[in-house]
Amino acid sequence: MGVTYSDAEAGTAIPPKSYQVTRLDLVKYCGASGDFNVIHWNERIARSVGLPGVIAHGMYTMAQGGKFLTAWAGGDPGAVVEYGVRFSSMVPVPDDADPGSATGGATIEFSGTVAEKLGDNKVAVDVVARCGGEKVLTRARAVVRLP
Amino acid sequence: MALNTEYVGRTFGPTEPYEVSRVKIAEFSDAIGEPSALCRDAEAAVKAGYPDVIAPPTFAIVISMKATSAVAADPGLGLDYSMVVHGEQSFTYSRPLRAGDVIVATTTIESIRSKGSLSMLTTATDLATVGGEHVCTARSTIVERGK
Repeated sequence: MGVTYSDAEAGTAIPPKSYQVTRLDLVKYCGASGDFNVIHWNERIARSVGLPGVIAHGMYTMAQGGKFLTAWAGGDPGAVVEYGVRFSSMVPVPDDADPGSATGGATIEFSGTVAEKLGDNKVAVDVVARCGGEKVLTRARAVVRLP
Repeated sequence: MALNTEYVGRTFGPTEPYEVSRVKIAEFSDAIGEPSALCRDAEAAVKAGYPDVIAPPTFAIVISMKATSAVAADPGLGLDYSMVVHGEQSFTYSRPLRAGDVIVATTTIESIRSKGSLSMLTTATDLATVGGEHVCTARSTIVERGK
């Protein structure tokens, strides 16, 4: 079981989690989101506009943070009632993962802390997302309703 | 080119209705790796108190991005979309988006700022049912890199 509202206090840490992201994940996200910007799937064009290669959608990274919060809140995606981020750095996704492989691609690491206990079973949390040592989301804050 | 600041305060929409389907929620959840049964299994969602399967917290981007892209493409605004990166994003929910919702989006340009060669456009997109029930406000800042 995850955390409960009565357990949570300002300063309570959310257990860190890491999520792997591969080229296949980005292609799936293009289709599911409707965001087919070429920098998320075409290495040649990504490099031609000065990027290190294909990069993840900012919204893909934000979605991973949403998943991180949902898991903490007992698996209810409806528990995340407010969620905002600033995209501070990109997530390059190298083309080195075979489909289905647990290695390769990029890894985004999430951690978080309860910033404030609010009423109505809600808490405000600060989320940190890192990839390759860089902070990829800053000012990532959410209001989550806990069981 | 600087953005046309006369657009601040201008409202666009409502858009054509977008019908949220169980299939699209499941596809989006698969793409981001969200494992919750509440996004796939209507029975589980009902048991958790929802009328139907619910969408993950960043699903609203599927609807709001269509609306904000239309605004960004307005020739009078003067935005070069090929130079745009996503700066910030937030979602504030009145309740989760769910299968069966028929949603219209109304977008207001909240601010236009410039910093050096960068121009920043902040929009607030209200997602409401065709019946007028507010579901989510998606706030987005996009950054146009100068040439």
